This record gives sequence, C-alpha cells and structure tokens, in this order.
Amino acid sequence: MFPDLLIVDDSLAIRKILQRTLRQAGFNLGNVYEAGDGLEALAVLRSHKVGLILTDMNMPNMDGLQLLGQVKANDEWKDVPVFVISTEGGQSKVIEAVRLGASGYLRKPFTADQIKGRLEKYLG
Amino acid sequence: MDNSNPSSGLVLDRDEIVHNVTAACQEVFTTMLGIEATPGEPYVQKNVLGSAAGVMSLIGLAGTWTGAGSIICSPECACRLASRLLMTEYQSVDHEVLDAVAELTNMIVGSFKTLVESRTGPLGLSIPSVVYGRNFNFRNGADEWTVVPFFSDDEQIEIRVCLAPSRAQNKPGPGD
Repeated sequence: MFPDLLIVDDSLAIRKILQRTLRQAGFNLGNVYEAGDGLEALAVLRSHKVGLILTDMNMPNMDGLQLLGQVKANDEWKDVPVFVISTEGGQSKVIEAVRLGASGYLRKPFTADQIKGRLEKYLG
Repeated sequence: MDNSNPSSGLVLDRDEIVHNVTAACQEVFTTMLGIEATPGEPYVQKNVLGSAAGVMSLIGLAGTWTGAGSIICSPECACRLASRLLMTEYQSVDHEVLDAVAELTNMIVGSFKTLVESRTGPLGLSIPSVVYGRNFNFRNGADEWTVVPFFSDDEQIEIRVCLAPSRAQNKPGPGD
C-alpha cells in the first residue's frame, strides 16, 4: 500500500515537476492529488485521506501557512505530515512554518537528491 | 535610483544587485533546467515607455524596500525554457509555457530576495504575472531597472530588478 499524496501549488509546472522528481527519486506513490491553493487543498482533504501534503507558501485565496494552520487545527488531519516547498527561503518563514507544525521545509529550486533526502522518512 | 536605506544606513549598490541576480539565475538554471546561463554586460534601463514584445513575467517585492523582478525573453526562448523545465516539447506559447516562465521567475526572484534580505530586511513576494504579446508597453513606479542579460543555448534572457527603500519609510515620522 503506497501513500497517497497531496501537492498544493498554484503553478502547474511545479506540480508536474514534483511528481516527476518523486518518481525519479524511486518513491512508489499511491494516488497523487493536486490543488492550486489552500482552499482547493481543503476540499481534497474533505473527500480523500492522504499520507503526506507538500505545499507551496505563496498562493492566491489561501496560502501555505494558512493551509498548514487549518490542517493542524483539525482533529482528523492534524497527524498528516505537511512539508513546505517554497521560494521563500528566509529564516523567519521557515521558523513560522515549523511553529505552525510543518514537518519540514525545502527551498525552491531543489534537486532530486534534496527531495529524496527530505521525504524518504515519509515516502520510503 | 537612490539605493540607500536611511533608517539602517545600509546601501545596496548596483554591483550587489547584479551579483545576487547572477547567483540566483545560475542556481535556478543549473538545478531546474540542467543548463548553464552565462551573464552578459549588465546595464541600467530608465523607466521610459517603449514597445516590447515576447514573454514578460513580473513579480513584486515589498517590505521596508520595494521593487520588482522581471524576466523577458522571446516566445521561442520561453518554449525552450518550458520544454526543459517540464520535459515536454512546446512549439508555441500556451498556458503551460506561461506558467513555466512564471515559476522560473518566482524561483529566480525568490532566490534573489533571500540573498539580499540580510541587507534589506524581510521582503514579501507577490504572485507572478505574465504578459505575452507584441508591441506592448510596460511601466511601473521605479525610476530605473538594473538589467542583466543571460545567454543560454543561443537564446537571450533578460532579468531586470528594481529595488529601493520604501517611500513610506523615507517620510519623516511625527516626532521628526
């Protein structure tokens, strides 16, 4: 049984790249759901159980930190690991994400090796 | 453009902007596209109205310093960049090509932002906007842009940045 994954990013390009990179890294994935912002992500979570959430930070309608807050405040979803992948590499953003309950943080641009190293614990 | 920050006494000069734009662009090209980007001679572009053509992606920067970062390239170049990024062949500019150029801009300007934040303080990034067409005019509030051309696979990409202390920060406070 492979873990189902939710990728949240307003960029279709990044959603595609992440899926490709994860498969290249050798991870076996179950269903991969996509959402273009935090609101879409919450809609996916209401209808599907996922084992890991990868989310961008800057998105329209609901950003990654707001999504993270909603996930961690929900009894049903709070144990789902949330990994933030963002161009926002500043220390304050990373600290804020971790404070809200993020399991990890990876800055774009990223290499396949970086993705593999960070997510092995959750997808390996 | 006066790039001095009156409250901190810091100055972010044009050489630093060029250095950080170059570092950010080369990191993104090497990591995400698997190609080298060779910087050309940087120059200053006054913010005058003039017609432009091709694909132009723009992201705003805001904080105690404000400005914007932009990528401009030909439609053919945009297709090649998208093809390399997404490993899918694109012959013409469509929404996926525009999305790919927007994301490259997001990563380059985001990396630039991270590099200069030790000097400027925290900066926020807007969501990227992309324009594609012929004979369009563009203007923002900055007086001038630092332009760094890059060459890769016989294509030219221009990265433009304007960044200056926020006007609100320059205004005297009530007790001043």
